[in-house]
Amino acid sequence: MAKVPVQFTLNGTEKAEFIDSGTTLLHALRDKIGDTSPKGGCHQGTCGACSVIIDGELRLSCLTLAETCNGTAITTTSGLSEGGVLHPLQRAFLDAFATQCGFCTPGMIMAAKVLLDHTPTPSRDEVVEALSGNICRCTGYEPIIQAVLTAARSNSQHAA
Amino acid sequence: MALALQTFSTVKDANTALKAAGTRYLGGGTLVVRATNEGDVSLSSFVRSTEPSLSTIAVSGGKVRLGASVTMAAIARHPDLAPLANAARAVGGPAIRNMATVGGNLFAPAPYGDFTVALLALDATVSTDDSEMPIEEFLTNRDGSRAVVTSVAFALPPHNGFRFLKVSRVKPKGISVLSIAAVLEQAADGTVSLARIALGCMADRPMRARAAEKALLGSTLTKDGIAPALAAVGEGTSPITDPIASAWYRNEVLQVHLGRLLLGQIAGMETKA
Ligand SMILES: Cc1cc2nc3c(=O)[nH]c(=O)nc-3n(C[C@H](O)[C@H](O)[C@H](O)COP(=O)(O)OP(=O)(O)OC[C@H]3O[C@@H](n4cnc5c(N)ncnc54)[C@H](O)[C@@H]3O)c2cc1C
Ligand code: FES
Ligand code: FES
Repeated sequence: MAKVPVQFTLNGTEKAEFIDSGTTLLHALRDKIGDTSPKGGCHQGTCGACSVIIDGELRLSCLTLAETCNGTAITTTSGLSEGGVLHPLQRAFLDAFATQCGFCTPGMIMAAKVLLDHTPTPSRDEVVEALSGNICRCTGYEPIIQAVLTAARSNSQHAA
Repeated sequence: MALALQTFSTVKDANTALKAAGTRYLGGGTLVVRATNEGDVSLSSFVRSTEPSLSTIAVSGGKVRLGASVTMAAIARHPDLAPLANAARAVGGPAIRNMATVGGNLFAPAPYGDFTVALLALDATVSTDDSEMPIEEFLTNRDGSRAVVTSVAFALPPHNGFRFLKVSRVKPKGISVLSIAAVLEQAADGTVSLARIALGCMADRPMRARAAEKALLGSTLTKDGIAPALAAVGEGTSPITDPIASAWYRNEVLQVHLGRLLLGQIAGMETKA
């Protein structure tokens, strides 16, 4: 089958690839472009491990066809650290032991980042709601919620 | 089998492409891409249209038109659609709501279709390029429908005249045990003068609770007043059985939840009509 071109910005860098038509964004990112931070847990939209941010909105890359992302700006967890310095969310996840096996972590961080981008000082309920499409089978969620609240506090201290 | 995506700038061209065997319209993809990920080989090609009107929300003179590609998230945050925000927020988690479209929800089989339950109570009109039909008729015939749905239109309910409830086991996001939407109008003496009640998960697709609606007319929204409607609400239902609940359970709890909705006992629901 003829390949189709896709072109988007991934974590600030222009990417252009030829892919099979109908390829999911998750597959394109991981297997064509080599960004393995989004994880394929269920491929059914249920676990959230594949979450990425497309033009500022949280999306599931397993249910998004890569061709529909032409011209968009995509953020994944691998693009968050700057110059080897972890993003406050990554730091908080480490410090709060919010990551055990780590499989859900990139998706959790994407969901949390969208929340904090729009709501810098969220309530606990807002954090729970923001993470409600992401499943974690290790932590019991509480450390994750605390990590997001901690990152929000450290952000607001930076801003102050 | 390899899949292809065909993108057209007009609905007309998308409709032409959909005439070919093995094609399916792609909305947000939360159901169709999931199906192909799960190995549905009946599909060889997705078709979509990027016509801007499909993504437009128009509110004027108390009338609403939602383009079929409008997402649940766009509805939930639209300042003029506040009465519908709960129903839009009832669909999935945040990422799903950024993807799930109105058009796709109209085709979603139970236990999905929560927003369509709201649209059914609102007695929406469903449009394609060359036809308009009442949503109830659309739902009855949807399995044979091939045309791209372009929009849904309805009158905004009067202040506090619309009620919506989704019952799920997992909070804040969970698949429906059932969902109920109601448009209610009351006369000056408090008796119900108009009632449209729609149910989700009580059949393979959203359905109207006609017998309960009839029983409610002329009654007050009190425990005694709504009793005949509760007794009648199970009429004609044929609930699904799935891992969330059995058909028996859904029928058992329907009366309780409709009662709570009608009496305004749902947390966060404004009840004064
Ligand atoms: C994890 C998860 C949780 C979910 N939770 C809920 C929930 O709580 N409540 C709920 O209601 N749903 C839920 N859903 C189901 C689904 O996300 C929604 O029903 C959604 O609205 C479907 O819309 P879509 O645009 O993604 O549809 P798609 O997958 O794109 O399409 C679904 C069907 O509709 C057809 N279609 C789509 N748009 C059009 C159009 N404009 N014209 C003609 N045909 C069209 C497609 O061809 C396809 O057959 C969930 C799904 C997942 C994966
Ligand atoms: S892999 Fe996408 S939601 Fe699970
Ligand atoms: S840390 Fe293992 S699934 Fe969340």
